[in-house]
Amino acid sequence: MKTLVWVEHDGSAVKDATLAAVTAASKLGEVHLLVAGQGVDGVAQAAAKIAGVGKVHVADDAAYAHALAENIAPLVVDLMGHHDAFVAAATTTGKNIAPRVAALLDVMQVSEVLSVEGPDTFTRPIYAGNAIATVQSSDAKKVLTIRGTAFDKAAAEGGAGTVEPVASKGEQGLSSYVGSEIAANARPELTSAKIIVSGGRALGSEEQFHALIDPLADKLGAGVGASRAAVDAGYAPNDYQVGQTGKIVAPEVYVAVGISGAIQHLAGMKDSKTIIAINKDEDAPIFQVADLGLVGDLFKVVPELTEKL
Amino acid sequence: MKVLVPVKRVLDYNVKPRVKADGTGVDLANVKMSMNPFDEIAVEEAIRLKDRAGVTEIVVVSIGEPKAQETIRTALAMGADRGILVTAETRVEPLGVAKILAKIVEEEQPQLVILGKQAIDDDNNQTGQMLAGLLGWAQGTFASKIEIAGDTATVTREVDGGLETDALKLPAIVTTDLRLNEPRYASLPNIMKAKSKPLAQKTAADYGVDVTPRITTLKVAEPNKRSAGVKVADVDELVMKLKAMGVAK
Ligand SMILES: Cc1cc2nc3c(=O)[nH]c(=O)nc-3n(C[C@H](O)[C@H](O)[C@H](O)COP(=O)(O)OP(=O)(O)OC[C@H]3O[C@@H](n4cnc5c(N)ncnc54)[C@H](O)[C@@H]3O)c2cc1C
Ligand SMILES: Nc1ncnc2c1ncn2[C@@H]1O[C@H](COP(=O)(O)O)[C@@H](O)[C@H]1O
Repeated sequence: MKTLVWVEHDGSAVKDATLAAVTAASKLGEVHLLVAGQGVDGVAQAAAKIAGVGKVHVADDAAYAHALAENIAPLVVDLMGHHDAFVAAATTTGKNIAPRVAALLDVMQVSEVLSVEGPDTFTRPIYAGNAIATVQSSDAKKVLTIRGTAFDKAAAEGGAGTVEPVASKGEQGLSSYVGSEIAANARPELTSAKIIVSGGRALGSEEQFHALIDPLADKLGAGVGASRAAVDAGYAPNDYQVGQTGKIVAPEVYVAVGISGAIQHLAGMKDSKTIIAINKDEDAPIFQVADLGLVGDLFKVVPELTEKL
Repeated sequence: MKVLVPVKRVLDYNVKPRVKADGTGVDLANVKMSMNPFDEIAVEEAIRLKDRAGVTEIVVVSIGEPKAQETIRTALAMGADRGILVTAETRVEPLGVAKILAKIVEEEQPQLVILGKQAIDDDNNQTGQMLAGLLGWAQGTFASKIEIAGDTATVTREVDGGLETDALKLPAIVTTDLRLNEPRYASLPNIMKAKSKPLAQKTAADYGVDVTPRITTLKVAEPNKRSAGVKVADVDELVMKLKAMGVAK
């Protein structure tokens, strides 16, 4: 079985989520990669070094510069003529592209795969991770998105893939990129951070969120996350959101500060290795999943904790 | 301009899902069902576009069991104009839903289809993208802002690193993210009024679409349970434990 993996990159480096996708794909058989973008020679060279990779298909064209699904999908569909499965990490880019490809191939996609049980059998979370379904696909070709936190990252070095250019399918004329506001963030990226400190509604304001959460995160070398309530209230930007509809994270340590532990939030972090909760309500649901819980007023205990670390 | 909004009836988001003892699925007997939260946002956005962008008619569609009619009525009470209920013998997967929707689009000729980004039961996050693919239309997924001007929809999307704005040629598909708007509650008079709004009854067969599932669920199980750990007495004890774990020096 030959699998084509979508390579997510920032123009120079391959994203960690893709390394996890390569591991998932390797469980299906031979792994080929697709690098699409503009001026992606460096990415293609880096991708070819990923352990276990065979061919790296490179589509270098302005039409692919912003990974617009309308332009990428026809390219993937062409390549799927000689591949049996298409795998993308379940990032916002992967989730945008893969179902469009699936529909064009007349395949029902399997979303957010947690494990590969066989060539056509997978597990995946449903109901915000409150249930795990084992599903079997009867489609001749498979289209999968995989959850990055569920697979080890393939080694970024050690492979010897061959780089092969593919012809561009060109601009489809349906959509165009206008711009983006990508938050400059010096902290570790949430989906790969080893430690995450997240703040909830209890922080009360953007100023207090930064005044309390940031110094604690600095002390721990941690990424910063937030609950949806904190994001909606404007205390933190939207890309901080952890949960069913935000980012799925599984760090070594997750510190939840003033977060109640709604199922939609737990869906995004309950696979963290160690969960620490600080909440003034001893009955808050977050304590049911926390390894270490501290009942107290965060405005008092967080500064004290930051100071004593 | 006409807008089509597909709405799905799902387990209410406040209800804790329970896995059936026989491992065949999640128990949906005698539990509260509601409109998928993202679809409420889609309906709300369509209504707002009536004022902002000259939308003249909002058609809502639900595919599923006859009870999905209630979900359509909810959307009509919010302010949609008419409904189409498509019943099917089997569970219909996103690909089947997208194929039925593509047929409805052919008939209704909307300029815009607004869907939820994901249904919170199966968490598939596929249908909008699939519909866009089948129709050969532009797609603006995970939208937190939509602006319509002339034959272009400018959509701000919630992406992993922040926000991205794309311009879509109309007709187009948009899927909603949580921050697009806050849906209204239907008032009692509007709930009464909704009862007399038109609702067409169809079946999947009427559209000549084969909706046979491609995916079989072999088993549904509870996830590994986490058990509650210990509560520490104070910050000093927490610091001690963090040091013991090697998290703090
Ligand atoms: C479709 C859908 C999707 C959703 N997706 C997500 C998602 O992806 N991520 C997400 O997080 N949510 C999501 N939600 C929202 C979710 O249901 C909750 O509303 C949200 O997680 C609550 O955030 P919170 O815990 O910060 O706020 P609250 O639930 O208000 O909790 C605040 C907590 O802070 C504690 N507290 C208050 N003051 C103090 C103090 N001084 N010191 C210490 N503790 C204090 C309180 O005891 C309480 O437990 C979603 C909801 C829906 C409907
Ligand atoms: N059975 C259905 N009937 C109507 N709309 C649906 C149905 N299934 C999915 N949708 C729409 O597609 C969106 C995404 O669903 P999904 O791809 O299943 O996560 C939902 O938010 C709805 O807008």
